[in-house]
Amino acid sequence: MSAVVERTDRHRRILHRLPWWLAAIFLVGIAILWIFPFLWMLSASLKDNMEMFSGGLKLWPSKFVWDNYARAWNDAHFGRYLINTIVVTVITVVIVTIRCATAGYVLARYKFRGSKLFLGVLVATLFVPTGYTIIPVVKISMQLHLIDSLSGMILALSGGAYVSAILIYFGYFRQIPRELEEAALVDGAGFVRTFFSVMLPLAMPVTATVAVLTFITTWNAFFLPLVFTFSRPDLRTVSVGMQAFVGETATDWSGMAAAGVISIVPVVVLFIFMQRYFVEGISGAVKS
Amino acid sequence: MQLSRRRTDVRAVEQRPRHGWKKTTWIWIFLLPTVVLYGLYTIYPIIASYWYSLVEWNGFDSDQKFVGLSNYKEVFADPLFWNSFKVTLLFMLLVVPARVLLTLLLAMVLNSPKLPLIGVLRSAFFIPVVTTTAIIGVVMRFVLDPSTGPINSVLMKFGFSGVDFLGGQHLALPTAAVLYIWKFFGVTMIYWLAALQTIPYELYEAARIDGAGTWQLFRYITLPMLKPFLIIITVLTVEETFHNFDLMYTLTAGGPYFHTEIVEIYIYRWAFAAPIPQLGHASAAAVIFGLLVAIVGAIQLWGVYAGRRLRGEQR
Repeated sequence: MSAVVERTDRHRRILHRLPWWLAAIFLVGIAILWIFPFLWMLSASLKDNMEMFSGGLKLWPSKFVWDNYARAWNDAHFGRYLINTIVVTVITVVIVTIRCATAGYVLARYKFRGSKLFLGVLVATLFVPTGYTIIPVVKISMQLHLIDSLSGMILALSGGAYVSAILIYFGYFRQIPRELEEAALVDGAGFVRTFFSVMLPLAMPVTATVAVLTFITTWNAFFLPLVFTFSRPDLRTVSVGMQAFVGETATDWSGMAAAGVISIVPVVVLFIFMQRYFVEGISGAVKS
Repeated sequence: MQLSRRRTDVRAVEQRPRHGWKKTTWIWIFLLPTVVLYGLYTIYPIIASYWYSLVEWNGFDSDQKFVGLSNYKEVFADPLFWNSFKVTLLFMLLVVPARVLLTLLLAMVLNSPKLPLIGVLRSAFFIPVVTTTAIIGVVMRFVLDPSTGPINSVLMKFGFSGVDFLGGQHLALPTAAVLYIWKFFGVTMIYWLAALQTIPYELYEAARIDGAGTWQLFRYITLPMLKPFLIIITVLTVEETFHNFDLMYTLTAGGPYFHTEIVEIYIYRWAFAAPIPQLGHASAAAVIFGLLVAIVGAIQLWGVYAGRRLRGEQR
C-alpha cells in the first residue's frame, strides 16, 4: 500500500519537474545558437580556404588544416601580437589593481582634506568614453615620448578611469570594523603594515574581481592600442592585429579564423575559471 | 545591533579628520599612483579637450593657433556631424529596449532554482561578453559578406537571394544593432540577475500559499520589486551604448556612406584618418559628445536618487 503511494509520489515529482526539463532543453538549443559564431570560427580555423567558402555553416571540417595556425602565428605575426597583448595586459592589471586598492582603502578609512572632492571627481568621470579623451592622451604621450611604445600604451591604459574598481574596494574597506585596525595598531603595525598584512589579504575576493575585470577590459581594448601603434606594426595587440590582417592579406580567411581563435581563447579560458569573480564585479554596478 | 555598531564605527573614522603629518603623508602616497595616472590620462584630457576645441591645430606636431569658437561653428554647420549624432542616438534607441527587456525575460527564467543546467546556461549566454569586440567585428564582416560569407551561401542554397547586410544603407545599422545586442546581452542579464536576487524567496512562497498564480506572482511581487532597478539598469545600458567604437569601426568603419558613423568614429576620422588631421575640429566634436554623455550621466544620478526613494517608500 505504502509502496504504491510512494511510487505515485515519485511519478508526480517527475511530472512536476518535466516542464523545467523541457524548458532547459529548449534553452540549451538557444544557447548553442548563441555560441554558434564561436563554434563556426573554431571549425573555420581548421578548414582550408576553399572549404571555408563552399562549406557554408557546416561545422565539421572535411580535412583538418593545422597549417592555418602556423600561418597566423608566423606570417601574420600573431605570435608576436599575442606576446605584446600578454605583456600589456598583465602589467596593466598589476598597476590598476594596486592603485585602485590603495586609493579605495585610503578613501574608505580616512577622512582628510579633499577626500570628499576626490570621491566626487571620481564618480563624475564614471562613464568617460575613450573617444572623448583620445586626442589629449595622444598629445601628452607624444610630449612624454611615450607614443609608439608598449610602456606608453600600458600607462595610458592604466590611467583610464577604472572608477568602478576603486568604488568596489571603497565599499569593501568601508564595512570592515574599526576594531581590526586597532588590534593591528596594538600589535605595533604601522600604516603600511596594517594595509599590506591585514587589510589587503582580507580583500582577496575583491582583488580577484578587480583583476579579472581589468584583465578582460585590457585584453579586449582596441581604440587606444590602435592609435598607439600606427607607426609601429610590431607593437600591435591581437585586436589591432586582427583588423590589420584583413586589410593586408584579404584572401586568407581561414588564417584569419585561426588568428581569431588564438586571440580569444585566453580570455575565454580565464572566464571559465574565474566566472564567479567576473559576475560579481558586473553585478556590483547595480547593487551600489 | 551589529549594524548600528558598524555604523558608529564608520562615523568614528569620519570624525577624526586630524591625523599626524606622518599619516597624512602615507595617505597621499597611497593616492599617488591614482593621482598621477588618472590625472594624466583622464582628468587632464577632459580639461585639455576644451582648450583644444578652441584652436586650429593640423596634426599633433604642428602649432596651435587660437581661433575662438570657430571650430564649434564648423562642427554645428557640418551635416555629417549631425548625421553621426543622429546615428548614435538611433543606435541607442534600437539597442536599449531589446537589451533591457529581453534580458529581463531570460534572467527571470535563469533565476528559477528549479531549472536544471542553470550554471552552464548562464555561462553560455555570457561568453560573447568576454570576447574581444574588435575581433568579433572583423569575423562578422566575413560571415555577413554578400559574396563570400557563409550566411549568404546558405541563404542562396535555399533559393533566397543574397542579402548585403553591412553594405545596404538601411540594413547596416540594424545589423550592427543585432550584433551589439548579442554581444552585450550577458551584461544586462547579470544586472537583472543581481536585481532579482534581492527579492527574498520567502515572499514568493508566502504568496503561493495564499493561492497566487505565476502571473500574479510576477505582477504583484517581481514587477514592483524590480521597478527601482529598471531605472538604474536602463541608464547603465544607455551609457554603455555610447562606447561602441570597437564594433562599429571593425564592422563597417562608418559606412556605407556614413550610415553607421557614430560620433566616436566621426572624431576618429577628423583626428586620425584625415589626410590633414583637424584636431581642433575633432576636439570640438568630442566636447559636444562629452556633454551628451554627461547629461545622460546626470539623469542617471537623478534616476538612482529617485530609485532609492521608490525603494524607501516600499519599506
